[in-house]
Amino acid sequence: MSKKMIEIRWHGRGGQGAKTAALLFAETILATGKYIQAFPEYGPERMGAPVQSFNRISEEPIMIHCGVVNPDYVVILDPSLMNSVSVTGGVNENGKIIVNTSFTSSDIAKKLGILVKQVHVVNASQIAIETIGRNIPNTPMLGALVKVIGTLDINEVLNNIKNKLTTKFRHKPDVIEGNISSIKRAFEEVVS
Amino acid sequence: MKKDMTKKLFCDEQIYDKKLTVSELSVGGVIEAGTAVNFHTGSWRSQRPVWVKERCISCLVCWISCPDSCIKIAPDEKKITVVTGIDYDYCKGCGICAKECLSKIKAINMENEKK
Amino acid sequence: MIKTIYSNGKIIAKTGNEIVAEAMRQIEPDVVAAYPITPATEIVQIFSQFVADGIVKSEYVAVESEHSAMSATIAASAAGARSMTATSSQGLSLMWEMLYIASGLRLPVVMAEVNRALSAPINIHCDQSDTMGARDAGWIQIYSENSQEAYDNMIQAVKIAENAKLPVLVTMDGFIISHCMEVVEVYPDFDVKRFIGEYKPDRYLLDVKNPYTLGAIDLHDYYFEHRYQIAEAMKNARDTILNVANDFEKKFGRKYDLYEKYMLDDAEIAIVIIGSAAGTSKIAVKRLREKGIKAGLLKIRVYRPFPSEQIVMDLKHIKVVAVLDRADSCSGAFSPIYSDIAASLCSTGIICPKIVNYVYGLGGREIDVEHILSIYEKLKKIVLGIEKPSNKVEYINVRI
Repeated sequence: MSKKMIEIRWHGRGGQGAKTAALLFAETILATGKYIQAFPEYGPERMGAPVQSFNRISEEPIMIHCGVVNPDYVVILDPSLMNSVSVTGGVNENGKIIVNTSFTSSDIAKKLGILVKQVHVVNASQIAIETIGRNIPNTPMLGALVKVIGTLDINEVLNNIKNKLTTKFRHKPDVIEGNISSIKRAFEEVVS
Repeated sequence: MKKDMTKKLFCDEQIYDKKLTVSELSVGGVIEAGTAVNFHTGSWRSQRPVWVKERCISCLVCWISCPDSCIKIAPDEKKITVVTGIDYDYCKGCGICAKECLSKIKAINMENEKK
Repeated sequence: MIKTIYSNGKIIAKTGNEIVAEAMRQIEPDVVAAYPITPATEIVQIFSQFVADGIVKSEYVAVESEHSAMSATIAASAAGARSMTATSSQGLSLMWEMLYIASGLRLPVVMAEVNRALSAPINIHCDQSDTMGARDAGWIQIYSENSQEAYDNMIQAVKIAENAKLPVLVTMDGFIISHCMEVVEVYPDFDVKRFIGEYKPDRYLLDVKNPYTLGAIDLHDYYFEHRYQIAEAMKNARDTILNVANDFEKKFGRKYDLYEKYMLDDAEIAIVIIGSAAGTSKIAVKRLREKGIKAGLLKIRVYRPFPSEQIVMDLKHIKVVAVLDRADSCSGAFSPIYSDIAASLCSTGIICPKIVNYVYGLGGREIDVEHILSIYEKLKKIVLGIEKPSNKVEYINVRI
């Protein structure tokens, strides 16, 4: 794998939209001209069971077709997963972890036994409830991820997601607005 | 070209016995419709049904029973369908017609083939 | 922006299943009869939605089993319709009896197949045991490394089937490709439709003016000749496939062959592989090349007909070859691709490279770059004489 490739792992629970987030993120990134991959950890879909999904982003065509072993970024949609799943597995010291939580990054770093600079936190559930009206943290976490990656243009991402959601939810314009503002807020509110 | 060959060979009784080669055969086992006409199965017969016109009441039980459609029928002068004979080209001599013919009538009887 | 190869192409992100359904929408066959099964479910789910929405004029037959799906597809094809289906694993197994009938009647049925392990134990993940088992069914088998290939192969399959008068199945790896969103270049509907053209069967059952019998009994006097015809058709299909690939390249710019060589020409050690793991293996080859190790790869695209003579010519200079199968034939000896490669090499009388046999990834077991590298490591040792080549199947990433 060339160094240019970014690999992302999403942790969530069945029904929280970890797969949808990875797919939406990939489509959005494609619109910025990069090669992408998005795939779920394959398994039966059971509500509440821990699930993972993955992204690869690269300037070059992506040939590799195996699981992500050493993710550059890990996105945790549900903080309770930190008690049961090895969310830091394969993450090296340059890897970054973004958690949906109300705790601070130093609390999380201590809990996970990693460096504080690796941890980014955002209360995505709170943002989702306030903007979308339901606790679906996957879209706000997209905003947080874009911020932490740093090399992506948030406005471009927002435009692309808006286009994408417009075709999907053309009968529910408030859903689109809620999602867009949740991404914006998480982008602004994520802290290390 | 190939198709025509198959058609010709299958339809011409004289050379039916010639076995076709791979290149002469149609692809996918396609066989022209109606080639059964060329199988004169009458030659398989060891017993032949003999129809007695005078006894026959043309109830057509034999006609409906014959597995090889060998009971010949035609409309008479009153336009009523009547039995006119047996098609010995295709009759295999199974005897169903004789068996089915009403016991009081006995218009069809089996006799040994004298070949 | 990612550049398209075809001037009117469009770059989109789609999963393997989505893109195969998209190809089917563009092909717009007359009849699709299918019974959805994981991981191929989405293909027919999306396609049946196209039918329901009136986007395609195809007739969709929701059948009660895969056996019926294949039967209906065969019947539609015999009647003169361009017909397709999609399935996976147990579904393909249930079609078994009918697979041979499709090829025996020389019907150009096209099937999208998503590779999945066979029960028991029940498993939904990828391996190629399903289609490898069907390798002697008289179907042309085309394997896809990624979504782009699955899309391109589906489009080509229609022409191949109709020209070769043989059924074609196009496969992709279950979940790894079927559920992976990737970058795919799609071509405009009009161009795809024009490329495949209109289906004009020589003869068809609904042509009531020229009636014929199809599927009649064929005993010891004719069965053998008809089977010979199929054997010959399969041999000739190589040229058909290459011709279609040529037309495809001329039109859309993507080059396809019976197999793909990756850094093979000057290689000393090489692996032969099929499906999505070929992409992962190319990464391994690249890394080894960076270290100056002469590693190469041969990815089979067309497994049936098996391009034996050509492969021999491209492998004969290799010192040690590893053949990797994502299927175990449970023969007590060797796995499917290995057997074909070994037989091909032997048949020429050329002094063979040493060949070793590996089975990997059964039931979706992970195969990553490190696993592939460890195989090349072994091959290197065999070249140096440090290790002897194994004369039996070796299994990768299994707890023994």
